Amino acid sequence: MSIWEYANPKKFMQTSGVVLPFLVVLTVLALGAGLVWGFFFTPEDYKQGSTVKIIYIHVPAAMMAINAWAMMLVASLIWLIRRHHVSALAARAAAPVGIVFTLIALVTGAFWGQPMWGTWWEWDPRLTSFLVLFLFYLGYIALWEAIENPDAAADLTSVLCMVGSVFAILSRYAVNFWNQGLHQGATLSMDAEENIANVFYVPLLISIAGFILLFLTLVLLRTRTEIRVRRIQALQARERMG
Amino acid sequence: MIALLTRDMMLAVRAGGGFGLGLAFFLIVTVLVPFGVGPESGVLREIAPGILWIGALLACLLSLDRIFALDYEDGSLDLLATAPVPLEGVVAMKAIAHWVTTGLPLVLAAPVLGVLLNLEAGAFGWLVLSLAAGTPALSMIGTFGAALTVGLKRGGLLLSLLVLPLYVPTLIFGALVVTRGAAGMAATPSLLMLGGITCACLALLPFAAAAAIRINLR
Repeated sequence: MSIWEYANPKKFMQTSGVVLPFLVVLTVLALGAGLVWGFFFTPEDYKQGSTVKIIYIHVPAAMMAINAWAMMLVASLIWLIRRHHVSALAARAAAPVGIVFTLIALVTGAFWGQPMWGTWWEWDPRLTSFLVLFLFYLGYIALWEAIENPDAAADLTSVLCMVGSVFAILSRYAVNFWNQGLHQGATLSMDAEENIANVFYVPLLISIAGFILLFLTLVLLRTRTEIRVRRIQALQARERMG
Repeated sequence: MIALLTRDMMLAVRAGGGFGLGLAFFLIVTVLVPFGVGPESGVLREIAPGILWIGALLACLLSLDRIFALDYEDGSLDLLATAPVPLEGVVAMKAIAHWVTTGLPLVLAAPVLGVLLNLEAGAFGWLVLSLAAGTPALSMIGTFGAALTVGLKRGGLLLSLLVLPLYVPTLIFGALVVTRGAAGMAATPSLLMLGGITCACLALLPFAAAAAIRINLR
């Protein structure tokens, strides 16, 4: 039993078909619990009032926006090294999910920034690098859409993903030189002395788990769709030949 | 390799090569900015570094799709790919040829346009230095983008979408050098970072670009 067995589309379809319903239920439970708890059963912050509740969407979405790109990078590497088609399709499936998470993080950030900082948008390093990440996602998706040959498209987008990752990290640190930050530092870190207060912490963790599950569900669903599209194309090609 | 470099430069300079187009574009962008923001010399002085860098960046972008498109159409790119020279070297030479015909004229023309925008007197040296250090990176990143989109019919717009986010670090440090130079602050650290980005691009991106071309020629 090895993970590479799932490189076989048939095996992947079988297993993901079984796993998917459970994943959907878990996602709904975790997201529902995290968001309901966060929105209705946590106290209001003494300074921020009820706007603090944006955190239950903003932080998980921002985390998953970055992790989605990391997952695409890993999937692209697997495709380039071991030529498993499922991997390339998973990278393709993750990109639109990632860009939506990026957009959610940007928009909820704007809603949060308006009452707190008095501005919808500020050219702060974190905000700016998220905008740049959004552009990277756009380019990646556009390249997938533009190339007709599926294998060439998978190859070229993988190369772009690798180069883009380096430049995305470079941009993240370059913007630090360029402007001072308004955004607070990391809220959740393993080594920090003081994290966010516990009343907010637990629902936030559940909500993060919900977003991770949501991402997994959507990517699995979309990968299955991509595989089916690929199969239909193969059938149509065979029809034309025969 | 040298023969390839001279060939590409000759092709770019001769009729139909689009040489000077980037330069003219740079001039026009710089001339249009005062119409947009107003002629107050104080405002212009303040935004001049950024405008000059963005103008140079867009002018660079303009001629990118020419790097491989013509060679791809007439089949000489296939010959280059099967030639005994490494494709990585071919790509690097293409980038250098693009820089000599597009980036270098921009570097030389920038001080003149700096006068138009009322740039701080102390910043002229920094402007030339930063453009000289940064435009090779622009050419090399652009060559990578061109290699990605070489097989596409209408790759021009996609090329801009792919390349512009990759230009962000270069633009930040490039404009920072000039701004800090104009304000009399220490600009050397930013210049070193810019040079570092350029060196890393020249060292690593030929491999990525050559890989992209091999995929596109398959």
